[in-house]
Amino acid sequence: MNDMHMREGYARALADYGAVNPNVVVLDPDTSSSTMSGLFARRFPERFFNVGIMEPCMIDVAVGLAMGGKIPFANGFAALIALRALEQIRTCVCYARKNVKIASGYAGLSDYKDGATHHAITDIALMRALPEMTVIVAADAVQAGAWVPLVAEYDGPVYLRLNRSATIPVHEAGSPLEMGRGIMRRPGHDLTIVATGSMVGRSMAAAERLAGQGVDARVIEIHTIKPIDADILNQAAAETGAIVTAEEHSVIGGLGGAVAEVLCEGRPVPAERVGICDKFMRTGMDPESLADACGLAVEDVMAAARRVLQRK
Amino acid sequence: MAYHPESLILELEERARQIRTDSLDMIFRRNAGHPGGSLSAAEIMAALFFHTLRIDPKRPDWSDRDRFILSKGHASATLYSALARRGFFPIEDLEQWGALTCHLQGHPDCIKTPGVDMTSGVLGHGIAIGAGLALAARLDGKRYRVYTLLGDGECQGGIVWEGAMFAAKYHLANLTAIVDYNDVQLDGPVHEILPIEPFVDKWRAFNWAVLEINGHNVRQILEALEMAGEIHDRPTMIVARTTKGKGVSFMENSAAWHGVPPNEADYLRAIAELKGEN
Repeated sequence: MNDMHMREGYARALADYGAVNPNVVVLDPDTSSSTMSGLFARRFPERFFNVGIMEPCMIDVAVGLAMGGKIPFANGFAALIALRALEQIRTCVCYARKNVKIASGYAGLSDYKDGATHHAITDIALMRALPEMTVIVAADAVQAGAWVPLVAEYDGPVYLRLNRSATIPVHEAGSPLEMGRGIMRRPGHDLTIVATGSMVGRSMAAAERLAGQGVDARVIEIHTIKPIDADILNQAAAETGAIVTAEEHSVIGGLGGAVAEVLCEGRPVPAERVGICDKFMRTGMDPESLADACGLAVEDVMAAARRVLQRK
Repeated sequence: MAYHPESLILELEERARQIRTDSLDMIFRRNAGHPGGSLSAAEIMAALFFHTLRIDPKRPDWSDRDRFILSKGHASATLYSALARRGFFPIEDLEQWGALTCHLQGHPDCIKTPGVDMTSGVLGHGIAIGAGLALAARLDGKRYRVYTLLGDGECQGGIVWEGAMFAAKYHLANLTAIVDYNDVQLDGPVHEILPIEPFVDKWRAFNWAVLEINGHNVRQILEALEMAGEIHDRPTMIVARTTKGKGVSFMENSAAWHGVPPNEADYLRAIAELKGEN
């Protein structure tokens, strides 16, 4: 396992990209040593703004900077940005269509130490319901870094969802990455596991073990929850006839919801959702064992695969 | 400070009267809108749009223009009147306000309407967004200034004070905020619903320069806006004491006219009063 934290992969890329694009400015609400946006701050102090503990103000300031032609990356904890600043994001970023990039760190259960107050398990649902918003979930440290220039150079609001720690690596440096286009991570014919973020690596592990049991599972990574790649999903449903979704987020309104919306209109097939089951989670000792305890274990994905196969 | 000849004052007072009659025309025709807070803001809007702001109707996206954010977005009628009268779009558009085919939304929309720098309508955003914009101007070495107009009730919201702290931290002297302090909000008097006093002291404590004026005195408005440009180490708050519903006797100081359009009889009476025909 590559043990680089996802936050570090993102933050290093952001600092490097700062040298390429002088219009990039970075904001952080007093979490720059956590999100590691401090790496950018040290290289470009004149383009870094620590706004203090006020996420709503940070988003408004970012809107103003975007109005002035800057490309602001607003960092912070996903739970706080997506909830405290939701109105700012809806009205001032999305409705006014300002070129603000929200880099939402510590997503999902990342903040295992602090517990449910700092878990972000509803942010995908909230963000993808907003018109004009693009929602991207990074799968590992390498991919988190690869998103930085793509997000910066896209003209419009983006919510980039990041984990704090290392995840099982899936993305090779330099491999193709395009907003809105899902990635076939593993071919397969019996069912398709559609995963996002930290669950891509775990789903790959589940598919490997399923193969040992004679189940040929396809794995598709959906990094862009919105606009979602309906083609790759409908094709997978048509070709494999069963779907499992896997995400470090509530099963309500996140990847599972988005995939269900596509398939119920396009290609209805049996589906099972792996995610946080509409409950507040708890504090843990490390992100991996907490995820395991919260229904996101490799075994949970495998069990969902077996359930969906029975419904095929 | 520049001398403002009496002719300029008279001209801006006439512009304010036009903003008032336009606003009431529009609100009556659409049977929707906010009369009270539009009438109270008329002189401030007239001074900004017909004197202070460096804007060009032929180039609404001119990168060096001054920026204006109507933080109290429900006074949209005044902004639409000012922009139309400045030539940003045809005056006839005002008659279509709110129609499905018209660019003029209930609240200002920066994508649909030329000359609207920022969408508003949910209260509280002007200062924080204005601060970001002022910061961008400084980063680029641009000379443009950023202005935002707030309501007094709006200042009950925490985001206003978040923005105030941020603007003070970065000494954003190119940001000027004006509060249309008419002491009336939707449900009643501001000093009863949720007192905001001591208001001037609050802004001083937040490290803003504060100027207190009569918000219906055009000369005082012009001088305050100019003085704000002479302050180089901090943002300026202009506390403009105003009268809600100013100019229409039965609307003055009345919460009942915050967001209620006049019927035909009241509309005709109001216009007659504004035109001095009563």
